[in-house]
Amino acid sequence: MVSSSAYMILSATIFAIGVLGVLVRRNVLVMFMSIELMLNAVNLALVALSRQLGSLDGQVLVFLVITVAAAEAAVGLAIIICLFRNKKSVNVDDFNLMKW
Amino acid sequence: MEILIFAILALVAVSCSILVISQRSAVSSALFLIATMVSIAMLFLLLNAPFLAAIQIIVYAGAIMVLFIFVIMLLNLRKDEFGPERKKAQRFFGILLVFLLLIGLATIIELGAFGLESTGEISQPSAPAGPEPLAQLLFTKYLFPFELASILLLVAIVGAVVMAKRRL
Repeated sequence: MVSSSAYMILSATIFAIGVLGVLVRRNVLVMFMSIELMLNAVNLALVALSRQLGSLDGQVLVFLVITVAAAEAAVGLAIIICLFRNKKSVNVDDFNLMKW
Repeated sequence: MEILIFAILALVAVSCSILVISQRSAVSSALFLIATMVSIAMLFLLLNAPFLAAIQIIVYAGAIMVLFIFVIMLLNLRKDEFGPERKKAQRFFGILLVFLLLIGLATIIELGAFGLESTGEISQPSAPAGPEPLAQLLFTKYLFPFELASILLLVAIVGAVVMAKRRL
């Protein structure tokens, strides 16, 4: 049986790759996909710990995280469409209206 | 055998997620993200959570990624609109910081800060968690978060329509 630590390390690696995507990319769509990647990594850790502890609470939490991710994707993509309509760009450096 | 399957799935998940952030075109990023999500769903199967694996494929790889592809197609981006990526120094410090983050996380996991050691080895493989035991918990102990999630989805629907519509 694969140990829970192995799953946690894998989850940490995928999470770190997601953080790297948010840090180095400028295309707002790819940054958004990196956020989804991070949410997925956390889900993996939750399911692994739920098996470790022998309880289903972690899996219920994953269920709720997936719901929140769906809502977040819908609203986030609507915001991206709005931004593109106004700025004609998906480059985050162009979105500096609220920067002081 | 299980370790071999885990190694293959982990390799696919990590390499596909690296490809997600390194592709120049957003469409190929989205396709590699689908591959990552499917491999994570397979890992859920390996972890005795078949219901969550199905939900992962239906909601993530199905609904959310279709939404992504739909928006990418709708924006109709040409190659030149991607522009140059971040400066070399920024990329270097990004990789450095993420490397430090990964070292920190790995140290915490190996030190057993999550209590992995105290609970000991998993005694016996639990039965695969189908919809029934999950629903049992969701409609009793987690009823309030469940209702909140329904309100959240309603707000998201209204918000998306209000923002994306040209004129109400």
